[in-house]
Amino acid sequence: MSTLDVDRVRADFPLLGERVGGRPLIYLDSAATSQKPRQVLEAEYDFLTHANAAVHRGAHTLAAEATDLFEDARATVAGFVGAQPEQLVWISGATMGLNLLAYAIGNATVGRGAPASARFALRPGDEIVTTAIEHHANLIPWQELAARTGAVLRHIPARADGTLDLDAAASLITPRTRIVAFTHVSNVLGIVNPVAEIIALAREVGAVTVMDACQSAPHLPLDLPALDVDFAVFSGHKMLGPYGVGGLYGRTELLEALPPFLTGGSMITTVTLDSAEYLPPPQRFEAGTQPVSPAIGLAAAVRYLETVGLDAIHAHEQALAARMHEGLSEIPGIRLLGDPSTGSGEVERVGLWSFDVDGVHAHDAGQFLDDRGIAVRVGHHCAAPLHRQYGITASVRASAALYNTADEVDELVDAVRGIRAYFGAES
Amino acid sequence: MSDLDTLYRELILDHSKHPQHFGLAAEEGAHATSHQKNPVCGDEITLRARVSTDGETIRDVTWEGSGCSISQASASMLSDLVEGMPRAEATELIEGFREALRSRGQIELDEDVYGDAAALTGVSKFSARVKCAMLAWVALEDALTRA
Repeated sequence: MSTLDVDRVRADFPLLGERVGGRPLIYLDSAATSQKPRQVLEAEYDFLTHANAAVHRGAHTLAAEATDLFEDARATVAGFVGAQPEQLVWISGATMGLNLLAYAIGNATVGRGAPASARFALRPGDEIVTTAIEHHANLIPWQELAARTGAVLRHIPARADGTLDLDAAASLITPRTRIVAFTHVSNVLGIVNPVAEIIALAREVGAVTVMDACQSAPHLPLDLPALDVDFAVFSGHKMLGPYGVGGLYGRTELLEALPPFLTGGSMITTVTLDSAEYLPPPQRFEAGTQPVSPAIGLAAAVRYLETVGLDAIHAHEQALAARMHEGLSEIPGIRLLGDPSTGSGEVERVGLWSFDVDGVHAHDAGQFLDDRGIAVRVGHHCAAPLHRQYGITASVRASAALYNTADEVDELVDAVRGIRAYFGAES
Repeated sequence: MSDLDTLYRELILDHSKHPQHFGLAAEEGAHATSHQKNPVCGDEITLRARVSTDGETIRDVTWEGSGCSISQASASMLSDLVEGMPRAEATELIEGFREALRSRGQIELDEDVYGDAAALTGVSKFSARVKCAMLAWVALEDALTRA
C-alpha cells in the first residue's frame, strides 16, 4: 500500500496557505466541510468556460457535450462507491437525499407509485429504527415520516464508549421494522459503526436500510453494493467537492419501485394537464435543473481521492486520530467522547475526536484555539441527543482530513493544554 | 492586549465564575419570565423580571441557565445593571447594547452607562459570539413586553 505524501497533497489546496490572526491556519474542521483542491476548482472552471449548457435538452453541440460530461461525472462518482451510473441520483447534499427517501416513502404510503411502491408503504404500528448517535439529518426526516404515517420510531442505543449496542439492535429490529436508518461513521465520535451487522439484521426481517455515508465517503474505501445496503447518501462538500451536490445511491430494484419526491421538468415521459408518467431512475428523482458544474467538480474530487488512494488516506487519518488521542487523553480535565478506555476497547475510527473541557464551555475553548489559528467545530454538531447522553450540551470537535499533518495535531494538543489555565478552570 | 484578552476581560471571567442574581426569584408581584435558547451551541437562559406595581420600574432581574462564559457574564452584568432602573431606560440600554454589539467594533459601550457590561464591548469584533452576549438582553426585552 502506498503512503500518503502530505506535503504534495497540501500543495493542491490553496486555502491551506491562509493565515488567521497572523498565524498559519490549522484547519481541523473537515467533518463540517472539507477544503477543495485546485483540481476540483479547475474542473468546474473548465466546464463553465468551455462546455456549459443545459443538459438533457437542446440539440446543439454544446448541450450534447455538457450532457456527456454531466453523465460521465455520474459514472465517476457512482464508480467511486462501487455502483452503476443508474444507481446514483444527484442530490444537493445528504439532508436532501434523506428527505427525498422519507418523502418518497411517505408518497408510497398514500398509494403513489402503486403497485410497485407497495413494498415501501407504511402502516400504523410499523417501526422505523434509527440510532441514538445520528446527525439530525438522519433523525428528523424519520420523526416526520413517523408522524405522517403513524409509524413508530425506535432507536438503537449507544454504550458509554459510543459504540452501538448490537444486542439491543437485535431485539429492536423485528418483523415490525420497515426501515433501519443509521450512520456509517458518527460525525461526533468518528467511530466506524458495525454496519454490516446492522444491515444483516435488517435483511433478516425485510426492512429497508438507509446509510448516511457523509463521514465515511472521504475517509475510507466504500463499496456500497458489496455492503448490501439499500440506500446511502453522501455530501460533496465534505469530500473535497463543491457545495450543493451529493449522491444518493439506491439498489436498482428499489429505486425502480420508489415514487418520486420532487416533481417537475426533466423527470417525466408523458404529461397531460391532469397527470404525468415518470422516467426511470435516476432521472425520476432529478426534477428541475441539476447542479451540473458542482457534479463535474465532485467527479474531480473523487478522482483526486482515488489518485491519492483511499487506503492510504484512511491509514494517514487513523495515525492522526491515534496521535490526537494519545496527546489529548493525557491532559487533565479533557474528556474524549467515545474514548475506548470507557468501554469495550479499540474500534475502527476516522480522524476525529470530540471532547469536553472540564469547567470550560466548548464555545470558549474553541475561541481559545481560534486565537492560535486552529479551526475546530464547537457546539452539538447537529447531534444534540448524543450530547445529552454524555450530560453536556456542546463539545469541541477536531476533525482531520488527508491534508492534515502530525505537526498540526501536536499544535492542537499543545494549545488544548492551555485552555483550562486561561479560563481559570484548573483546581 | 491580545485579541483574545480583549474578548475575555478579567471582569467577564469573574462574572462568569461568580454569576450575580443567579437563581430565579419568587413569582410575586408584577413579573414576567422569558426563556431563550441559542440553537447553535445549546445555550439556554430563563430570566425573570419583577417590576413595580405601576410597571414603571424594574424591581429586580434574576436568571438561571447554562452557556459559555460570555453568555453567563452578560446575564450577570445585565441583572446588576438594571436593578431598580426605570423600564424606559432599560429598554433604551438594550437597544444601545444591541447596536454596539452588531457594530463590528465601531461602537464602544460607555462604562458610565453600562457599568461592568461595558467590558462586553470587545465581543462586537467576534461576530460568532454576539448572540452569546445578547442572549440575556433578548430575554429581558421579551420579559419586559409582558411584565
